Amino acid sequence: MGRFLLAVLRRDLTLAARRRGDWLIAQFFFVMTASLFPLGVGPEPEMLARIGPGVLWVAATLASLLSLSRLFADDHHDGSLEHMVLSPEPTVLLVLGKSLAHWLIYGIPLLLIAPVLGIQFNLPWDAILTLEISLLLGTPILSLLGAVGAALTLGLRGGGVLLTLLILPLYVPALIFGAGAVDGVMAGTGAQAHLSLLGAFMVLSLMIAPWIAAAALRVSLE
Amino acid sequence: MNLYTFSSPVNFYHLSGKLIPWFTGLAILFTAVGLYISFFVAPTDFQQGEAYRIIFIHVPAAWMSMFIYLVMAFWGAIGLAFNTRMSFMMARALAPTGALFTFLALWTGAWWGKPMWGAWWVWDARLTSELILLFLYVGIIALWAAIDDVKRGDRAGALLTLIGAINIPIIYFSVKWWNTLHQGASINLMKAPTMAKTMLIGMLVMAFAAWFYTLAVAFMRVRGIILERERQSEWVKAILEKD
Repeated sequence: MGRFLLAVLRRDLTLAARRRGDWLIAQFFFVMTASLFPLGVGPEPEMLARIGPGVLWVAATLASLLSLSRLFADDHHDGSLEHMVLSPEPTVLLVLGKSLAHWLIYGIPLLLIAPVLGIQFNLPWDAILTLEISLLLGTPILSLLGAVGAALTLGLRGGGVLLTLLILPLYVPALIFGAGAVDGVMAGTGAQAHLSLLGAFMVLSLMIAPWIAAAALRVSLE
Repeated sequence: MNLYTFSSPVNFYHLSGKLIPWFTGLAILFTAVGLYISFFVAPTDFQQGEAYRIIFIHVPAAWMSMFIYLVMAFWGAIGLAFNTRMSFMMARALAPTGALFTFLALWTGAWWGKPMWGAWWVWDARLTSELILLFLYVGIIALWAAIDDVKRGDRAGALLTLIGAINIPIIYFSVKWWNTLHQGASINLMKAPTMAKTMLIGMLVMAFAAWFYTLAVAFMRVRGIILERERQSEWVKAILEKD
């Protein structure tokens, strides 16, 4: 079982390494969306620090959705996905491996870029540190729940937009707890409660989402 | 005849055909009585004046919007577990009514909020979670609309309803917490003054009206779905030729 998970992981990471453009798009989307806000609301440092955590978190959710529409689509297109689902290994592990690979490809670079954007938004250092922790706990939720949406919309026309419509409402708790943690640090109330709840939501998603996504994948491939 | 008789589309088609006039009649009756109580019997609220009467529509609509989602999740789970065709059809038939009630709750809430709070919309926990519930309904209906294959659409919709149902309590509490931390509106809906008995009765009667309305329209819609899906079968052909 562990070997299967590793094989899925290694395969997706190799594919991502061979096609760097694909996942860089999501990262640039993240940077650009976040950079548009100062242009829209004005460059006052106090206001930017006020809206910064929320803006960065919203941009992170949108960037994850952008990359999620391709989570199963490429493998579905060339037929390899059906073979992987038909294999004797559990589909749950396939989904888990792919979600994990998505998180490594999309979440880790995001974590590296986020501090730079935090400086752009005039966030203090302790807020940036909390932003990093909240993204570390929160981005796996986005990958796990997003896998459900990607499996449900597999091969549909307009699948990408539909995925956004289905999954964004489910992201709400992650957004609230994630941005709330950073706000808490800046307001002086501390981030621990938010981060604990975010962690709990992450564990819950880890336990439930792969099963639902696996069921959705089987439904979509029938 | 046993418990499973009406899980067959043909039997349910005939049963719902007989029940719809009753439910429609009851819905009209309860609406008439409920509106009479809300406009003529219930006293004017000493704090909120006449405008409070909108809650006779608003509260039942909000109740139904949440209840219908739970019923959809229930039928979705039954359908996925036992592979029963009728369950998925019921879920599909209920969704538009659920979305309608969610929209009504939001709309009447805005009408109520303007004279009470002086704002059409505040980011109150209940309003926000109701809005997210509307998004969930829209997502499910959009997913059904995008999938042409009936079987795949049924199951995909049921899975989405289920994960939404798991998520709704988390969404509600996160939004509630977010709201208290942000100190947005200083109005606390939970501390509403105790209600006069006639007001409560009026609201319950209107809730029954909403209930029977839902049953009537959901059954009408499910009959349409049954006819569409069973169009190859002999009994549907017989019905269509007769009319």
